[in-house]
Amino acid sequence: MSEAAVSPVPMPAKRRGAQLVMLAIAVAIVMGAYANVGLAMTGSVPAGMLTYGLGLGGLVLAAYLVLAKFAPWADPLILPLVTLVNGLGLVMIYRLEAAKMPGASATNQIIMTGIGVVLFSVTLLVLRDHRALQRLTYTAGLVGVVLLISPLTPGLGKEINGARIWIGFGSASIQPAEFAKIALVIFFAGYLVAKRDVLALAGRRLLFIDLPRARDLGPVIITWAVAIGVLVLQKDLGSSLLLFGAFVVMLYVATQRTSWVLIGILLFVGGAFLAGQLFSHVGDRFDVWLDPGSDEYYSREFGGSYQIMQGLFGLGAGGILGTGLGQGHPELIPLAFSDFIFSATGEELGLTGLMALLMIYALIVQRGLRTSLAARDPYSKLLAGGLSFILAWQVFIIVGGVTNLIPLTGLVTPFMSQGGSALLANWILIALLVRMSDTARRPPPQAIQNEGLTQVFQR
Amino acid sequence: MSELTLLLIRLAFLAVLWFFVVAAVGVIRTDLFGSRTAPAGPRKGGKPAKPVVKPKSKKGEPRQLIVTGGPLQGTTINLTETPITIGRANDATLVVTDDYASSRHARLFPQDGQWIVEDLGSTNGTYLDRSKVTRPTPVPLGVPIRVGKTVIELRK
Repeated sequence: MSEAAVSPVPMPAKRRGAQLVMLAIAVAIVMGAYANVGLAMTGSVPAGMLTYGLGLGGLVLAAYLVLAKFAPWADPLILPLVTLVNGLGLVMIYRLEAAKMPGASATNQIIMTGIGVVLFSVTLLVLRDHRALQRLTYTAGLVGVVLLISPLTPGLGKEINGARIWIGFGSASIQPAEFAKIALVIFFAGYLVAKRDVLALAGRRLLFIDLPRARDLGPVIITWAVAIGVLVLQKDLGSSLLLFGAFVVMLYVATQRTSWVLIGILLFVGGAFLAGQLFSHVGDRFDVWLDPGSDEYYSREFGGSYQIMQGLFGLGAGGILGTGLGQGHPELIPLAFSDFIFSATGEELGLTGLMALLMIYALIVQRGLRTSLAARDPYSKLLAGGLSFILAWQVFIIVGGVTNLIPLTGLVTPFMSQGGSALLANWILIALLVRMSDTARRPPPQAIQNEGLTQVFQR
Repeated sequence: MSELTLLLIRLAFLAVLWFFVVAAVGVIRTDLFGSRTAPAGPRKGGKPAKPVVKPKSKKGEPRQLIVTGGPLQGTTINLTETPITIGRANDATLVVTDDYASSRHARLFPQDGQWIVEDLGSTNGTYLDRSKVTRPTPVPLGVPIRVGKTVIELRK
């Protein structure tokens, strides 16, 4: 019924056709990559190509149908871009599994992708208006903090590879921090929308910096304490950096005050430096970062630089054009299927492929930020901005880590790394972005009355 | 598999990967070059409607509404034939969270090629430049309209 009223208005088009074409290309690229792996490793097209390819195709087609029905105005690019990254991750894991790497399991990952798509659809179905989340601000905050500290509960928490970030139910284990980050961004957005005037306006000016009032520092200090607590107690540097970075950036977006960014950076660098002095596992990371090539660190059994050096060797072996899919030796990098999947991809696709991959991530983030700009109310702006930022920030932290730009922290590469929790959480994150872009791109609500019947009268 | 075939496959794969990136940028081209290319999107539906709108759009007619001050600073809304409502209510076109704004604060609508601002009985009033809007008033280009802490302007 609104179709007739909407048509003369030059609003962003739905672009459903373009989205379907892009999805088809993404799935075709993934199938091509499978074929390439098989041809290079065994000389024939792998039998799994059709099952994996069609499986992925079927999954994203289902996601597309849900999106077309329940979020018709949503951004046309987000889903195809995510599909391609997820698919390339699947191919790399398949390739590592084919190279007999222990732990790599493409079947597991495609099942997780399936569950991710289900969660994506459920989020779109249940959450018809994302502003309902604003009412759950403090609930989300509580849920986030509980999830974050849950691995510390005795009996429930599990320590794997030195980090206590898993909780286990029998043989299955999940990483609650991955879900906590979404809950916390929802909390930050709601909290900052309510409090940002106080945070932005009150305070004194000293030199070039607007100093906030002491009592407004409260939430910043609390978040900082939680972040440092995660760093120290769970030995999880990645989540700690991710959490605090997201908070500082959202604070900056809400208040537009540089002083918050400066305070945030000082607090975190100071805290991390102190932690580095006091706790050996944090200090090790710094040592390795500063001098990964030294013999002492390279041959150290725990917290050494063996892994990162293997990753750098892999990137070096790949060079500009890569060794080609299935023709390198990414299985030599420890954990090449999870934390170091970026190095593994870099070895086989080279700098050219990595740049394309980073461009795809950049485009996903750009679509998110674009949604934030187009949103018509401050809460959606902050939420979309925050969610896109944590995606970008995750990519930066892990890519910076494996290329030794910043100290290596254990974070997953979104959508690529093998690991259920992160994949599921990121699919939910994408569903939230899709929901918000649908609201933002929808034509503005029609006026209550018909203009033709209303007379403008002079009073 | 010969070396050459694998080399060709490898180069082709990288090319296709970049093709995908370029295609994706193509899809969002409308974002990069402004709204003028936007009507090209709905190729069939958009065309017949366009000639009706086009002759009316004279040089001096505003195309965009820009928020120049307040918390939503930087937001732009493309002006169409649809009236724009400003207020705290969720169904307003521009939703302001501002203690000084009413839930349905003001309205902007086009009439005979001009945009008219009308106060909808707000508590704190709407200001066009420095004067309070007491009755529907035409809005010239670039003149600030104040709603609470938000300042908006019409631009070409």
